Amino acid sequence: MAAHGAHPPGFAHQFETVTQQREAGTLGMWVFLVTEILFFGGMFTSYIIYRSLHLQSFIQGSHELIVRYGATNTAVLIFSSLTMALAIRTAQTGKSKGQIIFWLILTMILGASFIAIKLRFEWYRDYVEGLIPGVSWLDGGTHTPGVKMFMCFYFFMTGLHALHMVVGLGILTVLVIMTARNKFSSQYYAPLEISGLYWHFVDIVWIFLFPLLYLIGGRY
Amino acid sequence: MSTATADLHDAPAEPGVNYLNASYGIRSWLLTFDHKRIGLLYLASITIMFVVGGVAAMLMRIHLIEPQGALFEPETYNKMFSTHGIIMVFFFLVPSIPATLGNFLIPLMIGARDVAFPKLNLMSWYIFITGAALALYATLSGGVDTGWTFYPPYSSHYSATNVTIVALGVFVAGFSSILTGLNFIVTIHKMRAPGMTWFRLPLFIWAMYATSLIFVLGTPVIAITLFLLGLERVLHVGIFDPAVGGDPLLFQHLFWFYSHPAVYIMILPGMGVVSELITAFSRKKIFGYSFVAFSSLSIAVISFIVWGHHMFVTGQSIYAGLVFSVLSFLVAIPSAVKVFNWTATLYRGSISYEAPMLYALGFIGLFTIGGLTGLFLASLATDVHLNGTYFIVAHFHYIMVGGAVMAYLGGIHYWWPKISGRMYPDLWARISAAIIFLGFNLTFFPQFMLGYLGMPRRYAVYPAEFQVLNVMSSAGASILGIGYVIPLVYLIWSMRYGPVAGPNPWKAKGLEWTIPSPPPTENFEEIPIVTEDAYNYPVAEAHKYPDAPGVARV
Repeated sequence: MAAHGAHPPGFAHQFETVTQQREAGTLGMWVFLVTEILFFGGMFTSYIIYRSLHLQSFIQGSHELIVRYGATNTAVLIFSSLTMALAIRTAQTGKSKGQIIFWLILTMILGASFIAIKLRFEWYRDYVEGLIPGVSWLDGGTHTPGVKMFMCFYFFMTGLHALHMVVGLGILTVLVIMTARNKFSSQYYAPLEISGLYWHFVDIVWIFLFPLLYLIGGRY
Repeated sequence: MSTATADLHDAPAEPGVNYLNASYGIRSWLLTFDHKRIGLLYLASITIMFVVGGVAAMLMRIHLIEPQGALFEPETYNKMFSTHGIIMVFFFLVPSIPATLGNFLIPLMIGARDVAFPKLNLMSWYIFITGAALALYATLSGGVDTGWTFYPPYSSHYSATNVTIVALGVFVAGFSSILTGLNFIVTIHKMRAPGMTWFRLPLFIWAMYATSLIFVLGTPVIAITLFLLGLERVLHVGIFDPAVGGDPLLFQHLFWFYSHPAVYIMILPGMGVVSELITAFSRKKIFGYSFVAFSSLSIAVISFIVWGHHMFVTGQSIYAGLVFSVLSFLVAIPSAVKVFNWTATLYRGSISYEAPMLYALGFIGLFTIGGLTGLFLASLATDVHLNGTYFIVAHFHYIMVGGAVMAYLGGIHYWWPKISGRMYPDLWARISAAIIFLGFNLTFFPQFMLGYLGMPRRYAVYPAEFQVLNVMSSAGASILGIGYVIPLVYLIWSMRYGPVAGPNPWKAKGLEWTIPSPPPTENFEEIPIVTEDAYNYPVAEAHKYPDAPGVARV
């Protein structure tokens, strides 16, 4: 290890060069995202199978969701991806840590807004109206059994997605602390970049969830 | 590669500072980031799980000595085979070779100081023991009776046992597999020493790479599937629930989408180990390196498109069955490539029969039987007759125990001098290899016959006419049990009292044999520069048979 007299910050002993470390980290995150795709993939596959089996029920179920909020949240998330990308760009071009933190916090605010909208205007309303299978289900006989199935999918998929958002917020918190402690520079910002990949991935999952859950049935 | 180490072997000195004695105390183990120590943590944990699963198996075999059942109520028997299956599959076989030998050897074999993400590596062990603890807790506090397959609607709506906790345990342990696979993939891609090209990698690494691909691509699917099952159990409604239009068959599809590839998670590492053992003890280059390497990858790929052969009789479309049957036959091709190439490597090699080699040879024979009987089950018509019988039990035990466990033990014996720095008593090791081979065949060969005659699996009682074969099987199981206890005793003994092994007791090739045993914490004083192919055994040793395949021409 004598070859590396001056270790840059964040350099781990098992690597020979900084490039090797950065490439390993990035590849690791991409592999992780592949596992995430398979993880969500099990649900998407099941969704597609049941949608083809019970199309009318799924359309009926979809009409219970409020597109307005789904659309708002879609915009919120896409905007948060922009602010995340700007945080990385700011670090890359060697701007002050205050600017990095600004974009990170803005990303966090947007992410938290997404969850708040979901909780307050969607899930809470669903709870009151008795649309949550297994928790509060008030069926006046207007629904086919398949609607309950659709709502299962809706809550499992958006719930799992929201869980990933919460994890993302945790990661962002760590990044803010690391930035405040001057861990990053224009030479070393790999954790920002890798976390960004995760954040964008969670965003993209929503881009698929929104049309599959809210927009089927051609009501617009 | 260094050659100076060969001289050290003649007078092995007491090991100096190494990964085992670099620091002491329980904290230094529980907070270690060293891949070698993490490998040993896994070794200890899965040995405990193996004992638990083995005791369950032993109790089952004792129960089945009598047609009416000698020990348990049928409900208890159901819990026994479920415990045995779940513990052995998810908490022993899946992590066995990858998490122990893989963790220990991958950085050593590719010339790296550690895996790419050491902290993640330790985390995956903690995740594993959390899952294992949940499964053990569920077992001890009432058990689970669904079998290891957790089929709904029985598991989701009817079983009154601890299904949720066990499913949670398997779910949690799955993330350990995912992180291990991720770590290995990145390590093999990015951490290879200069000159260690892909086609100079030991075949064990190729096998681990293929295994890691399955970890990464398959495990998330079983995780989400068991998650959905757990939710359905808790909420009493879910996507496998026929009351709301759900289809339990979908669970089976998702389950086997992982669990069939998982079979290859269990056997591929074994194949990698055997490639190492066969070359080391016939002192020859592997015959057809690239074929063996690519057969690992093609097994991994094909494994993802054959899951339907578990569902020929469960209501899947007959046309789907036809396709899955044909695809399943494809797996035989890369598997046979491996067996043929090992055999060709043996041909005119200078073979010696040290204990690891006995395990490797046992593996080839038993794997071949297990593999060929798999073709019976991949054929639609014969599967209808054999499905759900002891024939299936015998078939997959030939692969899982005769294959995977034999290779695991062979690998442990081969690399034990590297792991511990000590030799074990060779005679005892050979005796135990022979006992395991005999006990194994006596246990499981009668089960082929039982299954062919129509004895269904998972029943606590059976017609009296099947008793002779069942008693044979139970007798074999007790011999097998003894065969497993002996290595446990002498390996532990050797850690303290065994003779010092030296860096390369087998005079084998490979970077792991160029460094001291046990290796120092940082593995390599300086990162080696690799200039030769794997298994580059001296030509002179095979010179008396110049025409043998794999012998380099001079």
